Amino acid sequence: MYKLWATIKKDTRILLRDRVGIALMFVMPIILVVVVTSIQNSTFQLVGKNRLPILISNKDTGQSSAQMIKAIGNIGMFRVLEMPKNQNNMADAMHNADAMLGIVIPADFSAKVSAKSKSVADKAMTSFGLAGDSTKKPAGDVDPLTLYYNPVLQESLRLSVKGALQSSLQMVESRETLRTLYFSINEKQLPEKLENDMLNNRAPINEMPVSKDGVHITPNSTQHNVPAWTIFAMFFVIMSLGGSVVREKVSGSYIRLKTLPTSYHVALISKQVVHLVVTMFQAAVIFSMGIWLFPYMGLPALNPPSDLCALVLTTLICGWCAVSYSICVGVFSDTQEQSNGFGAVSIVILACIGGLMVPSFAMQGAFKSAASISPMHWCLQAYYTLFLEGGKLKDILNNLIPLFIITLIIQFVTYLGLKRKNLI
Amino acid sequence: MALTEPLAVNITDMGFRYPDNADMSFSKLNLKIAKGDRFGLFGPNGAGKTTLMNLMTGVLPVDEGNITLLGHENGKQKNAVNKLFGFVPQDFSFYQELSPVENLEFFGAWSGLNKLQTKQRTDELLQILGLDDVRDKQVKKFSGGMKRRVNLAIGVIHQPAILFLDEPTVGVDVQTRHAIIEYLRVLNDNGTTLIYTSHQLSEAEGLCEDVAMIDAGRIIARGNIDNLLAEHKQESLEALFINLTGKELRD
Repeated sequence: MYKLWATIKKDTRILLRDRVGIALMFVMPIILVVVVTSIQNSTFQLVGKNRLPILISNKDTGQSSAQMIKAIGNIGMFRVLEMPKNQNNMADAMHNADAMLGIVIPADFSAKVSAKSKSVADKAMTSFGLAGDSTKKPAGDVDPLTLYYNPVLQESLRLSVKGALQSSLQMVESRETLRTLYFSINEKQLPEKLENDMLNNRAPINEMPVSKDGVHITPNSTQHNVPAWTIFAMFFVIMSLGGSVVREKVSGSYIRLKTLPTSYHVALISKQVVHLVVTMFQAAVIFSMGIWLFPYMGLPALNPPSDLCALVLTTLICGWCAVSYSICVGVFSDTQEQSNGFGAVSIVILACIGGLMVPSFAMQGAFKSAASISPMHWCLQAYYTLFLEGGKLKDILNNLIPLFIITLIIQFVTYLGLKRKNLI
Repeated sequence: MALTEPLAVNITDMGFRYPDNADMSFSKLNLKIAKGDRFGLFGPNGAGKTTLMNLMTGVLPVDEGNITLLGHENGKQKNAVNKLFGFVPQDFSFYQELSPVENLEFFGAWSGLNKLQTKQRTDELLQILGLDDVRDKQVKKFSGGMKRRVNLAIGVIHQPAILFLDEPTVGVDVQTRHAIIEYLRVLNDNGTTLIYTSHQLSEAEGLCEDVAMIDAGRIIARGNIDNLLAEHKQESLEALFINLTGKELRD
């Protein structure tokens, strides 16, 4: 036991004196969590504070286009900007206005919407057996609105924008058709109250996040990002630990240790204990920031899960996996450059396929399968169940077991590497 | 020294080959080193000195034959054998981020000492090797000579019966070399068998009694220094070395 204690003291001292390593393990992930959460918080607030600027060039002078612009403003997702009269080029105007989206409403938009409405109303009157003018030629289609978008806009967001615009357009066309039909039947204007009742009588949609414990936690950028980037931070331990394993090999310490009457397993256990404490501390620091500091930074506070034991267990297994992976990379690397380079790139890849950057459910089939080999995927699923769905330990066992198995496999590969390189 | 049993080192029909370097190999090598000897192992660069040292200390496993240290077969009784010897490698094989005390605390524990024994030996060695004033400073700030002394202190902390030294004085000034050699003499007087490699043949001549010269994995001369010089009609170990290994430059 004294051997293990002396080794733990040695590893702790070396770790505490590696200031760059500590900065990489703590400062960098904290910056990452704050930056990513802040950025994503803006996306979460698209319907609210940070509306998308949309530039509208209205070449029409009628009522329908005005109603259309009003409807776009009412969606709650856009900040409507009018295109300056002296500009003709939409691309330049969008650039000048810093707008990601632009719409051109054609010159005869209102007239064509009106003509189409009349045509539909006539058809309806004929169909009802009332006096409709069925000899009239059907009205031509309304000229399309043109939606300009900045190519950096993600397709998913673009599709939501298109859906919202179509909904506004449909509202304008329905209103016009309704008015025309009402006038044809009653020969007077449709009362405004009736018009509003008829157009706004859709059943409301209640949004309800799925929850395992009945407590509804509203998802927000903090709730999504803090757990995800905490996992990434824990795997950042590779920058210090992987390099430390290589340094020990290169400096010849391994050779000396091999000649001493102590098993190298003591050194491996010590490294794992010391760095596991580091990963737990990382998680504690980042979660604490999310709970107590984020509200002062204008970000939503992190709601800790109700099952804290499950949270500790998940963090412990994830940390152990990160430490095991770091030692494995250190054992197979011949230089610190190899360990740091491969380590950094590999954890980014594991984070990508693990769903930290793009949700796993949005991935294509092959990538979905690949996600299951990333330990980060299983840890993220467990964290999301705890943080977003109010899950308990029994709900995350199906995530923790694969994570545990992956860790054991990494340990076995490390053992083979140590044997093959004649290090134990 | 008389070759009485158990021998400090007994190498019998030993064969070894690096998987990726066929040039460096040993075949049917035999070597006996008596207890209490001050034994020098010499040879040009690439002759196999460090490899032989690594084989004797169990860092590398032998392919054929066997090596025993004080009657214990190396590789089969690892923990028992490793308690018998100390190893001072050519590289600074310790943690430069730690102080001498912290290094000795760690290596003392790994050498099988308890906390009290480690503390006593640490104080003693730092005093003997002139490191007491810098006991709590990080080793990375030390001169080459001070690092050599730390390297030596770690190798002898558990008072081994056999001490393997791979070029223990390389890159140090005359004073440090003198201090190290003197300390090795004291250890030997107290019963420690010294097995030593160096390119400083004049230094070795003053320290060693018996020597072996190896080249290309073979022992080309073995015996008492005086006898070897007389046999080959040479006046110094350096002259004998040139006579046996030639003047051709080695890698």
